[in-house]
Amino acid sequence: MSGLLQRQFYLVDFTLASLLRRKGKNLGLLLVYSLIVFLLASVMLFTHSLRSEAGIVLQESPEIIVQRMVAGRHALIPGEYLEKMGRLRGVSKRQGRLWGYFYDPALKSNYTIMAPPDRGLSNSEVIIGNGIARLRGVGIGDYVTIRSYDGDGISFQVKEVMAAESELLSNDLFLISEQAFRIIFGIPDGMYTDLVLSVRNPREVRKITEKMTLKLPDVRPILREEVLRTYDSVFAWRQGIVFVLLAGAVLAFVIFALDKASGLSAEEKREIGILKAMGWETGDVLRMKFWEGAVISLAAFLIGYLGAYVHVFYGSASLFEPVLKGWAVLYPDFQPVPFVDPLQVATLFFFTVFPYIVATIVPIWRAAITDPDAVMR
Amino acid sequence: MRPSIMLFLLFGAACLLFAATFVDSGLRTAGAADLLAQRARLVAELGLTDLGLFTEARYTRHLSQADLHSAFQDHPMSLEHFPSGSLLLPPQGVKR
Repeated sequence: MSGLLQRQFYLVDFTLASLLRRKGKNLGLLLVYSLIVFLLASVMLFTHSLRSEAGIVLQESPEIIVQRMVAGRHALIPGEYLEKMGRLRGVSKRQGRLWGYFYDPALKSNYTIMAPPDRGLSNSEVIIGNGIARLRGVGIGDYVTIRSYDGDGISFQVKEVMAAESELLSNDLFLISEQAFRIIFGIPDGMYTDLVLSVRNPREVRKITEKMTLKLPDVRPILREEVLRTYDSVFAWRQGIVFVLLAGAVLAFVIFALDKASGLSAEEKREIGILKAMGWETGDVLRMKFWEGAVISLAAFLIGYLGAYVHVFYGSASLFEPVLKGWAVLYPDFQPVPFVDPLQVATLFFFTVFPYIVATIVPIWRAAITDPDAVMR
Repeated sequence: MRPSIMLFLLFGAACLLFAATFVDSGLRTAGAADLLAQRARLVAELGLTDLGLFTEARYTRHLSQADLHSAFQDHPMSLEHFPSGSLLLPPQGVKR
């Protein structure tokens, strides 16, 4: 047993010496390989974390949202629709909501303005998200002025700044009273942005929706499960441009691995020839090359994964910020909750480490079973 | 010390760090339970439906509330031009 171990130690010593002889090439390889793993792991960790968080917190979003559609667009909905939909068995609460967007030309950013019913705000008070407070440099007691639909500037005193911990949800929120909302946007009494229905038994949601759309054919119901599904698919692996970028990185790696698999350099062939001429067996050569592949791929995986973990969960995934931010000015300053799926990590390990080892071993095996004399020529 | 021993020690340390990421993840996720509950309460109170990640356009701010054709809302050949729109695929129904 100890003889076998000793043999492996000698092989690893030899492998390291061999790797160090081509230091530049192998370090370059390790760097590129680690970067690919880093990129893949960062996307994987970040999207899984956001998806998990969205799945937990959005469980509390309204069960049914009713939007009115006019000419294919979301339009204001009259409060009478609440009566028109009649008595729907299973609906415990129904109410109209007022919310919308406000573009602030001074800061070139969009706010989400809402009129929450239970916050006890007077017509001159506002609760703002931490993102707006940071961007405008205001705090509790300061005044924020926005322009109403008819051009009048309306000032609000900041009553509260929402907690920085909830910035992922609330960074652009601007909460005002219902009356102030109607004054700013010129929305008449009795009109709402949409309606929300609370349902006692979640299994009845689809039936209630069917009944409601029969009575109100011009509405579009949005169910909570659709909201959850939206975020499940937004951060899925195979989405949009992220997939294109990753596919590029993976293809580059595949080309590199295939190039390595398709042939050995003359120097490597000569090395194998000399080793065999000195009495090394085919098995020893294969073991030595296995160690070479294992050392590089395992090191690249560990460096890449650990770097990605620190980047995403300690560095707020700052490299992704420009991509996610797009042209927006308001971007939440948040630290993703480190949800890690071991199965995803195992998949990443399998698809980044094993192909490389196999790609290294196969051509070596081909060279190692040929005659040393032929290989050296 | 022989190079192989040094290498195994290095790998051992890296593997420990690798395992530590799972411990760290478990501890911090458990520690974030209150925070998540607080965020969920905010969602329930305000009736929020979306994360505030993409504030550049109204249909990217509230992805789940957007019109189904919102990327083409200005005119039929108006292709999506907001960067965050490129992170999303069209809804299932549109693809079919």
